[in-house]
Amino acid sequence: MIDRRDFLTTFLGATASAVACKRAPPSPNLVGELGGANFERGHRLREPELRAKLAGPLPVEKVRVAIVGGGPAGLSAAWRLLRAGVRDFVILELEDVAGGTSRGGESAVSRYPLGAHYVPVPGPEARALITLFDELGLVEGREPDGTPIIAEQVLCRAPEERLFYRGTWYEGLYLHAGASPRDLAQFRAFKKELAKWNKWRDPKGRHAFVIPLSRASDDPEVLALDAMSMDAWMRARGFDSPRLRWLVDYGCRDDYALSLEQASAWAGLFYFVSRMGADSQSAELITWPDGNGELVRRLAGSVGDRLRTGMTVGQIDDDGTLGVLDRDGVAKRISAERVIVALPRFVARNVVTSLRGREESAAFDYGAWVVANLHLRDRPTSYGVPFAWDNVLYESKSLGYVVATHQAGRDHGPTVWTWYYAIAEDGKPTREKLLKATHRDWADVAYSDLAPTHREFATLVDRIDVFRWGHAMTRPRVGARVALAKASPATAIGKLHFAHTDLSGVALFEEAHDHGVRAAEEVLAALEIASPTIR
Amino acid sequence: MTLVVSDEPKEVSLLDPPKRRVWGPQAAPAAPERVPEKATATLLLVTVLIIATCGLVYELLASTLASFVLGDAVMQYSTVIGVYLSAMGIGAWLSGRVEGGVARTFVEIEIAVALVGGLSAPVLFMAFAHLSWFRVVLYAIVLVIGILVGMEIPLLLRILRERYAFKDLIARVLTVDYLGALVGSLAFPIFFVPKLGLVRTSLVIGGINALTAIGSTFLLAEDVKPHKTGLLARAGLVLAILIAGTVGAERITLLAEEGLYADEIVYAKQTTYQRIVVTRGRSSFQLFLNGNLQFSSADEYRYHEALVWPALAARAEAGLPTRNVLVLGGGDGLGLRELLKSPGLESITIVDLDPGMTALAKTMPLLRNLNEGSFFDPRVHVVNDDAYVWLGDKRNEALRYDVVIADFPDPNHYALGKLYTTRMYALMKQHLGEGGVISVQSTSPLFARRSFWCIARTMEKAGLEVAPYHVFVPSFGEWGFTLARAAGPAPTPLIPQKLPALPFKPKYLDDPSLRQLFVLARDMESLEVEINRLDNQVLVHYYEAEWKRYL
Ligand SMILES: Cc1cc2nc3c(=O)[nH]c(=O)nc-3n(C[C@H](O)[C@H](O)[C@H](O)COP(=O)(O)OP(=O)(O)OC[C@H]3O[C@@H](n4cnc5c(N)ncnc54)[C@H](O)[C@@H]3O)c2cc1C
Repeated sequence: MIDRRDFLTTFLGATASAVACKRAPPSPNLVGELGGANFERGHRLREPELRAKLAGPLPVEKVRVAIVGGGPAGLSAAWRLLRAGVRDFVILELEDVAGGTSRGGESAVSRYPLGAHYVPVPGPEARALITLFDELGLVEGREPDGTPIIAEQVLCRAPEERLFYRGTWYEGLYLHAGASPRDLAQFRAFKKELAKWNKWRDPKGRHAFVIPLSRASDDPEVLALDAMSMDAWMRARGFDSPRLRWLVDYGCRDDYALSLEQASAWAGLFYFVSRMGADSQSAELITWPDGNGELVRRLAGSVGDRLRTGMTVGQIDDDGTLGVLDRDGVAKRISAERVIVALPRFVARNVVTSLRGREESAAFDYGAWVVANLHLRDRPTSYGVPFAWDNVLYESKSLGYVVATHQAGRDHGPTVWTWYYAIAEDGKPTREKLLKATHRDWADVAYSDLAPTHREFATLVDRIDVFRWGHAMTRPRVGARVALAKASPATAIGKLHFAHTDLSGVALFEEAHDHGVRAAEEVLAALEIASPTIR
Repeated sequence: MTLVVSDEPKEVSLLDPPKRRVWGPQAAPAAPERVPEKATATLLLVTVLIIATCGLVYELLASTLASFVLGDAVMQYSTVIGVYLSAMGIGAWLSGRVEGGVARTFVEIEIAVALVGGLSAPVLFMAFAHLSWFRVVLYAIVLVIGILVGMEIPLLLRILRERYAFKDLIARVLTVDYLGALVGSLAFPIFFVPKLGLVRTSLVIGGINALTAIGSTFLLAEDVKPHKTGLLARAGLVLAILIAGTVGAERITLLAEEGLYADEIVYAKQTTYQRIVVTRGRSSFQLFLNGNLQFSSADEYRYHEALVWPALAARAEAGLPTRNVLVLGGGDGLGLRELLKSPGLESITIVDLDPGMTALAKTMPLLRNLNEGSFFDPRVHVVNDDAYVWLGDKRNEALRYDVVIADFPDPNHYALGKLYTTRMYALMKQHLGEGGVISVQSTSPLFARRSFWCIARTMEKAGLEVAPYHVFVPSFGEWGFTLARAAGPAPTPLIPQKLPALPFKPKYLDDPSLRQLFVLARDMESLEVEINRLDNQVLVHYYEAEWKRYL
């Protein structure tokens, strides 16, 4: 049993914990489930019996291409193969549903995200992604510079975000209320720095920060930013305004599960600059009630029964042979002409025979996330500006919540809020607490975090479902980018081609997509199927 | 909370000429060498804590209340806090002018804070309901409370200085003062507002101040001796007033709401979606949604004839019958009444968000008489859903209508603003049959000219040909609508020249006045505007800015 105060203090801080402990814990009938990646199937991968099981003579199925992992990367690879007319392939996915960390859930009230919740409007460089969006009917035209014009109904509906500070909600993410002239001057200067980086080009004409990263510059001036923390970068420029530092820290926690001190300056700037348009304004966001769940559902839909769920791939040999356990633990072998390994790196290094036992690059460091979906019977009252899509708390360690019904245009009645918590703290005690915690412990954190921000909140919450991502994403710490370049984990080995957002060192749908398309195009070339690149 | 300490010795010597100073470095040795009674001193520090907490709560109360009734929270918070803090400065300065009887003055001030602060929220609510110069009252009250609160701590410091020999006196008092501010700032959003509401919070905090006054009278009994009974009596009286107020708080809030309306409230209900209020005057009655007038029975026929007949006339002029109509919003059933009079009409689907509204229009005799029982007509089908969600629903994709009428409340917040976006108009257009016509309630072209034109331009952007028009409705003023159809070649002009052949005479419209609707005078002419999209919602901002001038 975990001590309530201690647990709340670890994840919300002392003040919030004291306040929460004074009031009653959430009523005992607060129901919900604790979900997460399938532990049992995931664990099989580490058991020695698995290797024994897969070593003997087994039935063999032959396929042309096997895609291992049905997240955005694997699904995008499949989409690319289908475009090129390749139909003889399978996707092997461990979970019962595809989508990886981009998948969503659904209830009678609404669909809602379990992980990823948005994609910014892509810039002209993301050619393959724009092609996908076009096919999904999201693109209505092009700006002169090639930036797609995205259908209004999938662009995040205004108001996009609001910020809770001392009892009141304010517009936007930067806390303007009470900002001193000095704060504002720093905020302007910071934006100027960002605009400068947005305009920056290397001798080859490449951007410093651009999505996909395969199009970005590797100029020493950019890579130098990888050697220092975002905190150091800000200090060196005299950016000490607490609200500015808060904003940047929030960005790092939101995208990387890292604090300002942990994230590299490269990552800190990437967060802001990579999603800027030519006018140095941040791009608009594309979102759905279940976040990027919509994208993976539609991608999975087009794959049909080539997607096989509940399949644990336990071994991948360089010659294209896979050892697989099905849902019931029955082993078999799949022999493919080419394999696309669309697995997270921490899985790939246990499963791909020739990666096993190799020393792992420092580039792959994982952060944990907790996502709670709260079902509310009705909308509570809040002070200040009205509900936005993203609702952030200035004085909390959480990332606030996204309203799942916002994008559907439902502004009254029952709703689902998706509350996010990125665990930026390092160290064993936090990790242990995370693993020991029960549904109730986490439901309590989410509840205690949000209860003070709305009236009648307590009486309106029906259930809180908690989803735990133990290895949520790789984190761009100081030095990670250079280490990643050295490890070059995307290079094919034998008949194996690699795809996953981890290979970019940042966790983004766009990166997963780019790697999926690249790996598929490598396979097309290897199979000598002519299909001009779409990247 | 910032505290201005004017009795810091250095500052005093700057402010006050030495001869007038009654205390300070030179005066200190003259102070009676009393043994500090530890208990009294501690209790006085507790007093600091209480008054600091109360002081902050008053400030938050006024800010919150102002942002409730006036909107624009940032503006209200900044101005109220600004006035309050500068008033505290004045108070601190004034406290330096107090010569003898410091203890007594302190208690008097406490009583005054209790009365003014305690009654601040109810008084402000009533002022908003009844007075046009609410802001004057607001800032006056904030000023008075600020001055009084600003005097409290400096006076207490002086009292404490006589009792405490501590050299860290100011540090202690300031610590407790800031602590009080923290307590207040936390208790306000977490406890007071959710548990008690603004009016009760104000009365309760006033009560605490009154009790503090009584407590301090006993604590400082020696210093206030000749006035003790008088002080106690006054504090008691204030306390009694506040208790009576607390008991009646429920009635005060209702009173305040009644004051918002010109006539007597005959029906008031908070549904999940909105507050519905019906008021009744001598010869007419009115419907309000969230405080905004929807119609007055005296002249609504002008509005509803203008909403419906131009669209039907345009259809008739193009030689097309109107059989199938979609009404979005309009849960009062008055638009339905007009439509049902149209010959050849076969079916109307009405999509209104609030079942509370459509049920009321069916059952309340006042309303039912006015809409001529339109909800009982078998041709009318009611759907209670958000029109935006309903139109976008895949299941309704194939439905087509001859005429679509959008009669939504004005776009005064985002949930309504989405109903006036390019996306919404594109959806309406998709649901038009051959030669279909749309009519949209478009707020006032005179009071909200930018909003009016923003609606028209947004409809154009969605691929519609538009004809904006207006009508004069005495209880609203100049009111606007937009007639539209899919852009492209058409056999007849969009603007109709005459009404369709009708077996009756409308109350307001005839052919010449129909044509007049489309004549917009120079003060309602087109303006440069942005397009209202889901992802910018500019219309809500236009609308707020324009109507603010008249409220
Ligand atoms: C809480 C959270 C919020 C996020 N928010 C955003 C956001 O807003 N926007 C954004 O762009 N990104 C966001 N991300 C990151 C985003 O989810 C990822 O970038 C994206 O899903 C990566 O796709 P992928 O295909 O590379 O990997 P994954 O999604 O990790 O997919 C890998 C797949 O492989 C499967 N698998 C694992 N082991 C095996 C095995 N042995 N055999 C077979 N299959 C296996 C997994 O079950 C999974 O389905 C977020 C992530 C989290 C956790």
